[in-house]
This record gives sequence, structure tokens and C-alpha cells, in this order.
Amino acid sequence: MTQFETAQKHNAELNAFLEIFDENPFPSHEGPLSNMTVAVKDVLALKDARLTCGSKFLENFHSLYTATCVERLIGAGARIVGKTNMDEFAMGSSNENSAYGLVKNPWDKTRVPGGSSGGSAVAAAIGACNVALGTDTGGSIRQPAAFCGVVGHKPTYGRISRYGLTAFASSFDTVGTFSRTLEDAAKSLEVMSGFDEMDSTSAKIDVPKFSQALSRSVKGLRIGIPKEYFGEGIEPDVRKLIEDAKKKLQAKGCEIVDISLPHTKYCVADYYILTTAEASSNLARFDGIRYGRRAIPPPLEGGGKGVVSLEDTYRHSRSEGFGREVKRRIMLGTYVLSAGYYDAYYKRAQKVRRLITQDFIAAFEKCDALLTPTTPTTAFKIGEKLSDPLAMYLNDIFTVSANIAGVPAMSVPVGLDSTGLPVGAQLIAKHFDEETLFALGKEIMEQLPYSSIE
Amino acid sequence: MTPELLQKYEPVIGLEVHAQMLTKSKAFCSCSTEFGASPNHNTCPVCLGHPGTLPVLNENLLRFIVRMGLATNCEIRERSIFARKNYFYPDLPKGYQISQYETPICHDGFLEVEQKDGTLKKIGITRIHMEEDAGKSIHDFGAETLVDLNRAGVPLIEIVSEPDMRSSDEAYAYLTTIKSIVTYLGICDGNMEEGSLRCDANVSVRLRGAEKFGQKTEVKNMNSFRNVQRALESEIERQIGLIERGEKVIHETMLFDANKGVTRPMRTKEEAHDYRYFPEPDLLPVTVTTKYLDEVRSEIPELQRARRDRFVSEYKIPSYDAGVLTADKATADFFEKSILSLVKKSDESIKALSNYIMGDVMRLMSERKQTISALGLQPNHLAELVDLIQDKTISNKIAKDIFPDLLGNSDSPKQIVEKRGLVQVTDTESLRATVRDVIAKNPNQLAQYKGGKVALFGYFVGQTMKATQGKANPEMVNSLMKEELEKA
Repeated sequence: MTQFETAQKHNAELNAFLEIFDENPFPSHEGPLSNMTVAVKDVLALKDARLTCGSKFLENFHSLYTATCVERLIGAGARIVGKTNMDEFAMGSSNENSAYGLVKNPWDKTRVPGGSSGGSAVAAAIGACNVALGTDTGGSIRQPAAFCGVVGHKPTYGRISRYGLTAFASSFDTVGTFSRTLEDAAKSLEVMSGFDEMDSTSAKIDVPKFSQALSRSVKGLRIGIPKEYFGEGIEPDVRKLIEDAKKKLQAKGCEIVDISLPHTKYCVADYYILTTAEASSNLARFDGIRYGRRAIPPPLEGGGKGVVSLEDTYRHSRSEGFGREVKRRIMLGTYVLSAGYYDAYYKRAQKVRRLITQDFIAAFEKCDALLTPTTPTTAFKIGEKLSDPLAMYLNDIFTVSANIAGVPAMSVPVGLDSTGLPVGAQLIAKHFDEETLFALGKEIMEQLPYSSIE
Repeated sequence: MTPELLQKYEPVIGLEVHAQMLTKSKAFCSCSTEFGASPNHNTCPVCLGHPGTLPVLNENLLRFIVRMGLATNCEIRERSIFARKNYFYPDLPKGYQISQYETPICHDGFLEVEQKDGTLKKIGITRIHMEEDAGKSIHDFGAETLVDLNRAGVPLIEIVSEPDMRSSDEAYAYLTTIKSIVTYLGICDGNMEEGSLRCDANVSVRLRGAEKFGQKTEVKNMNSFRNVQRALESEIERQIGLIERGEKVIHETMLFDANKGVTRPMRTKEEAHDYRYFPEPDLLPVTVTTKYLDEVRSEIPELQRARRDRFVSEYKIPSYDAGVLTADKATADFFEKSILSLVKKSDESIKALSNYIMGDVMRLMSERKQTISALGLQPNHLAELVDLIQDKTISNKIAKDIFPDLLGNSDSPKQIVEKRGLVQVTDTESLRATVRDVIAKNPNQLAQYKGGKVALFGYFVGQTMKATQGKANPEMVNSLMKEELEKA
């Protein structure tokens, strides 16, 4: 079965793809990736293709241009399979916030795939592509990768251009990959990385041969175990599999170091203040005036026939176009930036962000990488946390810190729990040291029985 | 209002000036800034605010604002950041304007304006920052509003003064000084009528001698230099009137109605704007090094006032003339280039050049509404024309005749004069023959002259000039005529 056929076969049931390109509109040509197929999260722009961001607001919106990362992949010979489902505007941890229906976890169809890049995680897990592009603002690649049993890599902030990535929180958003193998993750990263003149925040830094790091020895590397990531609430099976991973590294000659990241308890709060603030501004462009959904509000009292007010047009367009979670975050973000609250929330959270970043910098003086669970639990039931946003937010507890600090992090499958659900281990390294993630990932990764979900 | 009453109060004025930068492309994308394109032609996904697009700073915007900061004695911040100013409006594609807030790149400067008596007054510059313009909403279609985004993203700098001005005259002088500086720096065309320079004012009045400022109002919609002065005068009188009647000035935005010459409150429902400024995460902080500052400093030309004073001392021309010649940088440049080409750099030649530019050249510029460079006149040609007059090769009259032929012509004045045989006749013997001929042909006039009607001397000279088609050197004709009439 070809990957296109796999994608199509499962889509009615799993809903991972919003669009599958029947006749591949991007003919492959010779290049380092000419044997690679790629699925693209529908938050990334592809010229002339729909760009919905999982939102009703952009239901009929087609992009005028292609995101830099996608363009580089196509340029290297990769073929684009389709665009994947996601939580609306990348806000969510379960993919239940998509305006185009939820996505199901292929390992247990009563469970969520994680989010926000749920569709991409499933596409990679079922083998509908070699690599699925995701975006990670607080764990949106690593958490669904853990839930779906694939490698999920969020490189350093600035490693891959954000041009063409519909912004949720600009100073956190990172493009990354899902794949069954570390090789595919490394190869695609090599192509996408590097400075882009269209993104001032992309890094002017050399791009290493990430695939070569896969054969690098890990002997002598110091692995930090941050105590704050091993407290209450972690499922026993998860704890055990992470412990196994640690032992494997020890056996390969790694040194295990106890580490503390003292500001960890502020991470989730800090994250939700700063990202919602940025989101409230980033999503202001969706006003129904120039493109996207334009609602027709009731006519203005005393106005002529068909005359509506500007405010009503904004209010109705945004009310109809956005889902509940997006509205919740826009309101939160607007609040924390408001006069009188700015200093107490936004400004304070920025200071905390520096402290959290300092924690990592200090930790990386004592070790070369950190090992933690990616999530406290395996995939939860569909609907389980829908009515409790706070419980949903706490799912990101181990992943948001890497985005706050901008450091690279990776979730690697380390086995199945007793019920057959995948468990992911998270590796975190210092800025621009993705190579260490690949080298360590290779040592702890467990081959999962993908044939059972294909 | 009586002068006594006006005298009783002291106005306090601060100005906020927006200047549109003369960069070729927009502030954060590569779209053209050219004026006059069809609506929404100069746009791209970035300035249309499409999902996923990002701003990239135009380096020339930075260069231009640093020039302005240095020229107005500002501190230039080593590291400044952009901020987002959030508000909804149809002509604001992203729902926020990229601007600077807490850390404007230039701050704490000043400039000096010339007062009526010629003395200088310092006006403080609070800050100068970079920002992007919004698009244009066009409301001329009944209930419909159309939006043109050609202007969206065009780079602006905002220059905020201290409340240091004490009269509308000073505000006028400040504004014309700003215009002179930005045009000399080549960063803005300074045209208020076309909106490349826009001005809002903060105005209050207080009893003369009082220390505390009065309640201020903001005055907007002043689209010419003259209107700024008129609007301020009207607002000052309005505020004095209120206070004299025992009423209070309230904090509000006033619009100037140029037809009626009065300010009136802006009639929009009071919306408390909360712009929710926060650091722009899509742009890196702007850093300037000492080396960069030195580089930009070297690009700053001598500004108008200094140049005017130098013209007076160096070229010995009257201060008024120097002021006229330096009002526009290109004209002053033209004048100095011409001087460089003069063969004989005498005070007379320089004065003659200055007269030519202030006369024929400027008249043409205003008739044709063209800049000096658009006239097609070459500075070395004008210099040569003056040289030809000074060395008596041609007369002033001939010079005037051939001046129009210099426009857009590659022939030099010398070549034109030679081609048309317009060289002044200075050959004594042939002139003497002509003079004798004129005397011989006019026996009646000769008799009257000899009889004491000496005023007829001019008649003989005129006839001689006519006979030589104006090419005779008038001084030589004079002396030869005198000699020959004696002898006759």
C-alpha cells in the first residue's frame, strides 16, 4: 500500500488529514529527500492550498505563498501528502478543538492523539508519510508524539524559519517533525534549518549534519535528572519506562546527575500568561475585513438598508469564526496586557521567563542533557478533560519549559504501558545542541509494533 | 480678542510630527513606497497581514532615523526594541501597528529655531521613534468604506517635542526647521500638503508668570504649515475665552476646520483606547554600534542655517540671498557647484551667479513646478554664462537671450555664442568705422548735439548697438562715440 493509500484508508476513521492531495501537485525531483513524503500541519502555508489552522474562520482561505520550511523540503525533493488536522490555531492538547472534528489515537480509538499537532502525530504513526511537520509552542509536537508512539522533535527556537507558520505565540512557536525514525527526523531537519531572510528571528548559525550525530557515542555524557519532573501524578508504567531509559544510558557509559530546575512550578502559569498575550495580538488580524469569515450582523438601528456597524462586523465575525478555546485565550491575553494589569502579569511573567531560562543554563553547566517523562500519563480518553481546561493545561507540565527557554527537546518512544499505549521520554539539550538529542535518542528508543496500527 | 487679553496668558505648545521616510521600500517588507499606484497595488502577503508572514526591518529606516537623531542632538539608544500597538481598524491589516514604545531609538535631543529677532531658541526633543503607517480608508462611497493598503507599512518616524514653544510663531518656526532638517538629510520630502509631514499639537494656556501648566487639548487635522499656525491661534483664543468666562478647558481632541479657521471638538464617541503595547516578538532588538553612528554621522550634510551663514561669510552675499539660496538643499548645492566651475571666482561673478539663480532659475522652477535638477540646467553652463558676461564676451542682454537655450541642451554657452555669432564686437577699428558711419548718417542729430543737446549722445550709442545687432561692447561704443563726436 502506498502512503497516499494509507492516508486515505484511515482518514474516515481517524480524521488525521484535512486534505489529501490525490494527484500530487508537487512532482518530486532529484534531491536529498526525493524518497521522502511529508504531511504538513494545516497551520503552515502552502501556496494555493487551503490554510485553515483548524478554524472555521479560515474555512475557505487559500495561502498566497509557501512557508520557508515547506519550500525547502519541496526543493530537496520531498513530496507533500496532504495537510493535517490540528487544534484550532494550535491551541489545545487533545486535538478536540478542531473545527473539523476530533482526531482519534490509532493505538486506542477511544483516546485522543494529543495536540495541538494531533493529525501530524497520527499521520506519522500510521505510516501515511515519512515525516509529518508539526509546530510546538508548549508541547504540541512532543505530547502527541508521546501519545502516538513516534519521535517528536522540537528544535531550538530560531533553528527553523517561522515564515509561513501562522503565529500563535511568536516567541515560543517552533516548527518540528514527527517520524517513526530518528533518521527521517534528522534528514528533514538538515534541509529545513538555517537562516531565512524572511524571518529575523531565525538563527544565523551553521547547520550541522544531524544524521551523523546518530552514530555518535554517548559515552561520558552527563544526563541530568531534574527532580521537579519526577514528583506526584506520574503513572507507574511511565515512571518505570523512563527509569529503564535512564539505565540504558548508564549502561552506555553516561553519567547520571541529579539536577534541580527550581522555577519549574511557575512554568505553566508563566507559559499561559505570555503565550495568550502574544496570541491576543497575533489573532487580531482575523477580523473579517480583508479575508476569512465575514459575518453579516443585524442592521444598524437608524442606518439605511443593509448598513451594519464596524464593531458589530468584528464582533459577529470573530464570535462565529473562533472556537471556545481560542476565545478563552484571546480574552486571557487581552486581560494580561491591559492597562493596570500589564506590570502584574505580562511584565512579571517576562521576568519569570528569564529565571526559568537561567535554570536551564545553570543546569547545562552540570550536565549535557536532561531526561524526563514527556507527559505524566499516556493518552487520555476523548472528552475526559474537555470540561476542565485547567486539567488540560496541566498536561503540558513537562513540555512548556523547553519553549519558555527556547531549548531543543525531543520525545522518543520508549515502549508501551501495560494497556498497550505508547510512552514517550523527553530529552532536552542546550541551545542549538540538537545533535546530542539525536545521539541519546538513538540509545533509548524502543521499536514499537507499528504493524498493529497500520 | 484684544492684544491685552492675549498678553495676559502664555500658551504652552508641544508638537508631534510624523515624517514619511523616503525609503524605496516599505518598513517591514519589500513593497514599493511609490506614491500614486492604483489602490492595493503596492502590497504583498506581509503588508496585507496574511497568516504566517513576518516583518523584516528595512535597514534604511534605521539609517534615516539615526541621521535625524544625530542632526537633532539626540541620544541614540544602543539597544532599542519595537513594540506592538494593538487596535482594530479596517486599514490596519495586522490589528496592530509596529512602533516603538518604552525604548525609542532617539531621545533627549533639541533643535534651535530662529525667532523673529534673529536669536535662537532651543526646543527640546523628547523622543524620535520608528513606526509603520496604516493604510487609507476612503469614505466617499455612501455607507461603504473602501480600503487602500498601498500606504500600509510605509515607514514613518515620529518626532515628539517637549512643551517648549510659547507662541504659534514659535511652533511655525519649529515646524519649518524640522522640514528643513529632514529635507537636508534626504530622509523626507517635507511636503505637508501631501501628508509626508503630519503634525499634531498639544496646547494649553496659563496666566503669564504661572508655573503650572494649564489643561491641554490635542489639535489635529492641520495639513499645511500655515494651518498649523492658524489652528494654534484659534485654539489659544478659544482656551483663553473659556477661562475668562469662568469655564474649564477639558481634555479633548480638537479638529481644525481650515475653511472656518476654528478648532472644534472631534465628534466621536469617547472610546477609552487601551493599546496594550508589548514588545514585538517578531523583530530582534535594534542595536547600533559606535562605528555605525560614526558612519551615519559622516552622511549628515551641513544643515541650512550653518550653510546660510557660511554663504554670507565665504561668498560675501547678503544674508537674505543666502537664506533664499539655502532654503532648498538642491538649489544650494547647484549654487556651490556653479561657483566651483567659475573661471573667475570674483565677488562680482558670485553675486552675478546668485542673482541668476534667484531670478531666472527660481522663476522657472516655480513656473514649471520643478526641482532645480529637473530643469536640465547644468551648473557649469550657468557658471560659463556668468564668466562670458564678466569677461565681456557677451552682454547681459545676449546672456538673457540665450539662457532658455541652456535648458536641456548639451551645448555650452560658449558653443551657442560661437555658433550664432553672438560674440561681442571688441575690435576697435571696426567699431570706430561703425561709429563714424552712424554719425555720418545722422547730420541733423549731429547739428543739434553740437548745438548743446547733449542728451542725444544716447541716441548715437543706441544706433550703433542696433547696427551691430547688440554685439558691440557698450563701454567701447561709449568711449569711441565720445571721441568721434568731438572730432566731428
